[in-house]
Order: sequence, then C-alpha cells, then structure tokens
Amino acid sequence: MRPILLSGHERSLTQIKFNTDGDLLFSTSKDKVVCAWWSANGERLGTYSGHQGAVWTVDVSPNTVLLATGSADNTVRLWNIKTGECVKTWDFPTAVKRVAFSPDGSKLLAVTEKRMGFLGTIAVFDIAYGDGELNNLNVQADEPSLRITCNESKATVAGWSYLGKYIIAGHEDGSVSQYDPKTGDQLENVQAHEFDHQINDLQFSPDRTYFITASKDKSAKLMAASNLAILKTYKDYVILGGGQAAMDVTTTSARQGKFEARFYHKVFEDEIGRVRGHFGPLNTIDVHPAGTAYASGGEDGYVRIHHFDKPYFDFMYEVEREQLRK
Amino acid sequence: MAPSFDTLTEQDFHEEEEEEIDFSDLKEQFEVKLEEGLDTFVVIDGLPVVPEDSRQKLVKFLLRKLNTIGHTSEDAVFMPLNDKGMSEGFAFVEYETPEQALAAVKQLHGVPLDKKHTLAVNKLMDIERYGREGRIEEEYHAPEVEPFKEKEHLRSWMADANARDQFALYRNDKVGVFWNNKSNPPENVVDRAHWTQLFVQWSPKGTFLASVHPQGVQLWGGASFSKQKQFPHPFVQLVEFSPLEGYLTTWSSRPIQVEEGQPILTFEEDGKNIIVWDIESGKPLRSFVSHDLAAGPAAEGEVQPKKKVQWPAFKWSADEKYVARMLQGQSISIYEVPNMNLLGRTSVKVEGVNDFEWSPATVTREGVKQYEQLLCFWTPEIGSNPARVAMMSVPSKEIVRTRNLFNVSDVKLHWQSQGAYVCVKVDRHSKSKKSMATNLEIFRVREKGVPVEVVDSLKDTVINFSWEPNGSRFVLITTGETPTGAAVPPKTAVSFFAPEKKGNTAGNFKLVRTVEKKTSNGIYWSPKGRFVVVATVHSQSNFDLDFWDMDFEGEKNEAEKDLAANLQLMKTVEHYGVTDIEWDPTGRYVVSSASVWTHSMENGWNLHTFSGNTLSENPTEKFKQFLWRPRPPTLLSKEEQKQVRKNLREYSKEFDEEDRYAVDIANTAVVEQRKRVLSEWLAWLRREKEIQAEEREAFGLSEDADSPKLAKDARVGIQQEGDTVVEEIVEEIIEETEEVIG
Repeated sequence: MRPILLSGHERSLTQIKFNTDGDLLFSTSKDKVVCAWWSANGERLGTYSGHQGAVWTVDVSPNTVLLATGSADNTVRLWNIKTGECVKTWDFPTAVKRVAFSPDGSKLLAVTEKRMGFLGTIAVFDIAYGDGELNNLNVQADEPSLRITCNESKATVAGWSYLGKYIIAGHEDGSVSQYDPKTGDQLENVQAHEFDHQINDLQFSPDRTYFITASKDKSAKLMAASNLAILKTYKDYVILGGGQAAMDVTTTSARQGKFEARFYHKVFEDEIGRVRGHFGPLNTIDVHPAGTAYASGGEDGYVRIHHFDKPYFDFMYEVEREQLRK
Repeated sequence: MAPSFDTLTEQDFHEEEEEEIDFSDLKEQFEVKLEEGLDTFVVIDGLPVVPEDSRQKLVKFLLRKLNTIGHTSEDAVFMPLNDKGMSEGFAFVEYETPEQALAAVKQLHGVPLDKKHTLAVNKLMDIERYGREGRIEEEYHAPEVEPFKEKEHLRSWMADANARDQFALYRNDKVGVFWNNKSNPPENVVDRAHWTQLFVQWSPKGTFLASVHPQGVQLWGGASFSKQKQFPHPFVQLVEFSPLEGYLTTWSSRPIQVEEGQPILTFEEDGKNIIVWDIESGKPLRSFVSHDLAAGPAAEGEVQPKKKVQWPAFKWSADEKYVARMLQGQSISIYEVPNMNLLGRTSVKVEGVNDFEWSPATVTREGVKQYEQLLCFWTPEIGSNPARVAMMSVPSKEIVRTRNLFNVSDVKLHWQSQGAYVCVKVDRHSKSKKSMATNLEIFRVREKGVPVEVVDSLKDTVINFSWEPNGSRFVLITTGETPTGAAVPPKTAVSFFAPEKKGNTAGNFKLVRTVEKKTSNGIYWSPKGRFVVVATVHSQSNFDLDFWDMDFEGEKNEAEKDLAANLQLMKTVEHYGVTDIEWDPTGRYVVSSASVWTHSMENGWNLHTFSGNTLSENPTEKFKQFLWRPRPPTLLSKEEQKQVRKNLREYSKEFDEEDRYAVDIANTAVVEQRKRVLSEWLAWLRREKEIQAEEREAFGLSEDADSPKLAKDARVGIQQEGDTVVEEIVEEIIEETEEVIG
C-alpha cells in the first residue's frame, strides 16, 4: 500500500474531505489555501484562495457543485468547485471551526468558536443551487435560517444525521448532543467521553444512522444517531482529529512512526492494523466513499492517500465469513 | 480503599494499633514524663537496713556501684530514716541525665550488692505510676487467653494447581498482585489504590510484600494480602530483608526523632538512621547512625560532592547468624544476631577497607572441618603497601586467603551464588594512569588452599560481570575508552566464559566467544542457569534484548569442544525504552519493562518466554514497577529432583494436553463472543434501517431523500460520463550510456 504524498500545503492540515464520487479530495490547511486533488494519482486540480486566515474546515456538497469552507478570518465561503470562484461569503463574529452539508445538500451548518464574549453557535443556512446549469450560484440567503447557541460547553464539531433529522454536535467538555434542526432545541446530551476531553472529530457512517467520535481522551466511540447510545469503543485511538495533545508531541517525536493511523474492526473493536508514515500527529482523516482508499492529513503539512491493497479487502473474521455464506 | 498508612490520619494509625495491643499504659508513661521531669531519679530497693550512723558508709559503698553507670554524688542520694532511726532499705538517687538514670535501671537492677542483698532499681516515675494506690489490683486475675484465630497461610500461592507465578505491578497510584497466565491476560489477585507511597518490595522468599510509607514499612501476606506487620520508621526510604526473612533493615536520611506517643520506638532510636527489626516480633533489635561512603575528592573551588549512601548498609551472612557493616577505610563491624552484640566485642580493624561481600551460601571447603561463613573484602593501595583482597572466615575471624594487587583503581567482588567462586574484578591503570584494563582474579573457594586463577586476556575495561547462578560460567561486557565529549556511547563487547571440561571439577576458565560492536550493558541470567539475556537498558537509541543459550542442544563448534558450553543466540527482540529486565523465579519467563521512574515514553511491560518469544505487550500508563514474587527453595531432595527431570517427558505430555485444552476453550469462547457481537450488530442495523424507512414514509419523503438534490443536472456540468479514465504517463529510464565520439 504505497501512499501518494500530496505536498501542496506549507502548514499543518486541518481537514480533508472526499467528494461523493471519491474522485476528488479537498484539503484545508493553516496556510489559508484550500486545495483540490485528483484522488487517483494525487495531481493537484487547483486551489481556492481568498481566505485571510487559517482555514479550519471544508465540506463538499453532495452533488460536487459547491464547496464550503470555514476559516479563522471569521467567514464561511461558498465556492464554485468547477471554476474556483467564491460565490458567497458569510461573516461571523468569531472563527468557524466546522462546516457540514446536510445529506441532501439543501442545508449547511457552521460551528463558530466561543471567543471575545460571543458564545459558540451552530448556524444553519439554506443552500440554493442556481438553475442547474451552474449559473446563479451566488443567489444565496444572507441570514441563517436557524441559530443554535451553545450555552454550556461550546461545540467543536457537528454533522447531520440521516434525513437531516438531527444535528449531532461534539463539545469541548467531551459530551455529545443531539439537536432538532427545525427548532434548534437540544433533544439529548450524553457525556460520551471523559469529562473535559474535547471531541476533535465526528464522522457519520454512509447511511448516517451512526457516527464515530474522536476525543482527546485517546478513544473513539461509535454512537447511534437516533438516541446517542454508545455502541462501540476503540481504545488508544490517537489519530482521528489529532487526538494527541501538542504537549506529548515533543516527547514522542524522537521516534518516527509513532504517528500512525490505526485500523479497528468496527464490530469487534479489535485493532487489525496500523499505518505509519507521518512525521507529525495526524490531524484529520477521511475515507473514500467507496471504501477503496483513505487519506490522512498531518501536522507535518502533508496529505497521504492510501489506496487499499487486495489483502485489506480479503481480510475477514471467520465469523463474518460464516455469516456471508449464509 | 486500601488499608494503607497514607489514607489513615495520625489518629487512625494509633487506633488501629490499639485494637491489637493496649498501649494506654505506655501512653501514660510518656504523658507523665514531660509534665514532671523526674526522669533523672531512680529508686533503689533491697538495701540493707542500717542505723543512722552507718548510713553514710552505706551510701559511699553504694555510690561506687552507682557511679559505674553515670554521675551522681553523695548529696544526690537520699536515704530516709524511720521513727526508730533506722533506714528503710531503700534510697532515692538523682543522676545527671535521664539517660544515665535509664542506664542504671537497665544495668543495676538485679545486681547483687553483697551476699544477702540484691539491688532492685526502678525509675521514680515507674514507682509513682504503678505503685500508686488503686493502680494494681489486690487480687490476681488470670489474663484472658484470646481464642485461637486461624491465620492465613503465608505460602498459599505455592499451592496453585498450575504452579503459576505471581507478580506485583505498581502503576499510577495502584499496586496489584496478579497471576501470570502466559499469553492470556493476567489474573488479578488484589488491586489497591495508594497501597504504597514509594515502592513495593517482595521479601527474598516471597512470603511478604513490603509497602513503604512516610510512617514506616508495612508487610502484607497470605492469600488475601492482609496486613502482617508494621514497622514504624518515620520517613523510611530504603528497605532490605535478610536472606531468610528473619530481619528487616530500614533506612531514612532523616535521623529519627522519637516523639511521645510512639508506641514502638524508644529513646534508644532517637537520632538514628537505620533500624534493624526482628520481623517475627515487630520490634527493633538495634538502631544505628548510618556511615556514608566518602565521595570523590572535590575539585578545587567547588562544593564537596554529596556523600553516597552505603546500601545495603548491613550485609547478612548466608545463615543469617551474622550481620556486618563497614566503616569505610577503617573497619568492618560484625554483629551476632539476634542479640546484635559485636562479635568478639570489637570491630575488625581493616585499614583502608573499601568494600566487602559475604558468601551467598555456606561453602563446603576442602580440608576444613567446620564450615564457617566467609567474607571477602578489599583495601586499596596505601602508600607503598599494595592493594589487597582478603577472605575471612567468621566467626573465627581467621584470614583464609589474601592476594596483593598493584596499580589498582577499583575492585568489585562477585560471589558465585553457591559461594564456589569469588571473582575479583580488578580495574588497573597503566603506570602513566592513562589507559585502563581489567583483570579477573578468580578464587576457587572450594578447593584446597583456595587457589586463584587469573584471567587477564581482556584488553578493555569490564563494565558488567555476572556469574551463572549455580553454575561455573560467566558473562562480561567490556568497553573501550570513551573519547571525551563523544555524544554516542562507546560500543561494547559481550564475552562468554566457561570452564574447560575436566572430570568432575571445573577446569580453567576459557573464553567461549566474544560478540563485538554491541551496545549491551546489562546481563540477566535465568535463576536456573543455562539461559542468559544480554540487553541494552537505559539507552536513548538502543533497546535490544539478546536471548542466549549456553547449552544449545545442537551441533557444537569444533573449536569449543573442550569447553563446558555450547553457545547459541536464540533470538533478539526489541523493547523501546526498556529500563528493567526480570526473570520469573522458575526461569520460564522474562519480563522487560520501561518505568516512568526513568522516562515517560511508552511505559509498560512485555512478557517473553525464556527463549525470547514475546507472549504479550502491555503498554501501561505511569507504569512504575514489575516484580515477580520470589519462591522459597524447593523442598524436594536432590534425588527427587533428578527423578522429576528423568520423567519430564511423561509430565510434559500431560501439561501439553492441558494447554491445548485451555487454548481450545479460550478460542471457542472468543468465537462465541464474536458471533454474538456480530449478530447483535446486524440486528441493530436492521432495526435502525426499519426506523429510518418508517420515518421517511411518515415525513412523506421519497426513497432518495438523502441523495443529492439536482444531482443529475449538476453532474452534467462537471462530467459527461459516469466514469473518468485518468491517464498517467510514467517515464522510466531503463539505461543510460555515454559515448565519446571522435
């Protein structure tokens, strides 16, 4: 599994994202640039420039027409993927840490930072796609259709469950909450991770019925979207969203390869493999929608795309094989 | 919460004590003491009754006795007279200090004054306390005998059906004792938070586990690890057991300050650093001020470097009858146990003595009728006198053998575990003191006249040396000169030595093999001999463990056919950041560990078999200590052991069967578990899907509600076909040739 090394960023990566087809990979970094890559060979397609600060987050609309990015310059920008032009800019009082399109692409949420007297919020926008010929993409609502304010602990990450039924948010204090995207009411709040261990990433399963969280407490949890029940726990999960604190980095950097991506069996919670290579902590990973590859972005400024080899697909527990035969 | 010293307040501590023994009388003793300050007074009973005129004479006579202990004078002796002008047969005496009074009570009580009269000396305070009315009941009550309580068997772990070994694990704030289950996770026996403050330590035969607290040392034992003993040495830092577990030595850098209310320590212990305890009674035998080792000479203008603690301060003879310590450069004091009196009332004066070691076993020497304990010591060169290594027999204090040495910079004494040999590792400098080399002087203790064999084929200095337990082979590590200021530690070489085959007795020691260009610095023999792990520990860049077999059952090197060894490297494993290596007492397993006490990177412990197969890796946060529980020596006789060895194959069949069975069971359990988990997961997924479908219908959404809106239209703009073919041109240079034309 020889990785493709993408070295287009000058500073550490913040988020990477495959599009729905998996042919494109978008990456954001603290160097203010958003890059688009061909996932098959690692060739750079282009960049989206305009942000004035570190870009924290990126998401692709499900139809690969629009790209949303959130940045430390307190804006969310919407880009025409094909042309690279910025079609819309929303201003916020504080930095934007996470953007996410709803499964049908009709809505976009943005998580804003708590700072300078402003509480952390989750803003939801209605997204229009012009006339279907990629024209008039700049016709977008100016104001959010909904604004959820996080009074207690600020949200760090958020996403949409199936049918866009819930907004699931991970908080700084290690809890996970469920909101109603119509009213903005908090429906549920679960202390999923150890208290005061920030949740760094939250990603949904393809059918969006369950999701996985990564936290600073060095574990990852698989949770149900409908009732926030913890289904599985993966220990020592140091990779997702750079679970390793900066303080530890200096002590472990003596050993290259300490920074690794670990693979766990989703159902059995066993570790089945590790991939090394980054020489800094891994900040973000994303898996190809078809499951044939994954990419990781590190503090070292590199993106590595790994296409899985045959043994990976062949690997199966005896129990699963039995199941399959039935 | 574990019942430990630190979780108890000062009060709890005493309450607990009181449950066992009633100390209220002792407490009172100390309370009164400071209030009244009559510590210097003693009462002497049993004196002859004399008339007034001969009283003076009696006092003078008495004074002679009294002044042998401390200082007192005629004025300080008060002998009251009754109405008839006769003395009452007792006198009050005041000494200068309370210590003298105490000494008088101890030493003069029961001493005959003349044929008819015997002195009864008591402290005035005691008379006050016990003699006062009502203090002592008139009638005798027989003391109540407590009903017999079954105590836990202190060696219960030896009765394990599978002969597993136990180990103590100290990580974070918790100490646990576990059964070793090979590659399966260890089975917990007890796990207690805050069980110890500094570290834990097993006694040499594994009976007790010692925990160390600011208030003292506690011993735990039995199947449930209940509290067995307490030794209240305040701020204790180091603990050492005697080899047969009879005694315990504790040390603290702070001199003991005996305070009132201390039930066990007395004024004897005040100002001392070291206490030698009797484990059985829990009482101190004797206490000492520690002798520190002289530090190296201070460079000019610099602060004198700190003195080193001599530890173990007290070294025990193998039979535990003697304990000795050294006053560096002057003498060795040998004490008889348990009365702790100096053997022959004097220390052995050895000018310049630098170090000494007892033989770890009672040696059966040829040509000697009475086997005595042996003690080896060395002195450096003083003036024109050569350095000297000597062996002394105790208790006769007879010097058995000495050997003079020249150009000596340092000497280390290494006894073989049965006391058959003692290897004196002599670091020598050349005349110019520029280069160093090491000689080994091996004393063959068992042979007549204790012949000395010299191994001087070593070019470099030896940094580590280790005898094979119960064997006659050894491993040593040498290193060349370190260039000053070199960042990389110098390469080391590992050498294996074995005696030549020569009938029953071991022949001369010969080099078997030297492995060059290593970084190893630690030698860890299996407690049963034959196997040895040579490792690089405490290193930043290397962490290899080499597993060697000294009796490889394979083809033997022709050149080594005369030697009693067949060396073979079995395996090399790596353990990042390894700091400690420990064999289990049976020599079946080796644990390598990385302790947070040394560094904080990847702490934890790995379990290997004797041949270097790693059975399990256990990364543990804040891992501190891994200690195998030692085993007492086998109870089987030599013949019985031989029998077992002969029938080993039969036994091992049985055990293999058991192992297979255990594995089968474990595998089945895992498969069952997985099956269950998988079916649960699939069921959950199905349910979730149903709910989703229902909700979708309820909302009146179409089947593809989650699929991208306007996708078809938008796609057209971006891609014409469904699939893209990415063409990639790869150029590769197959060959390059250069031709010069013309």
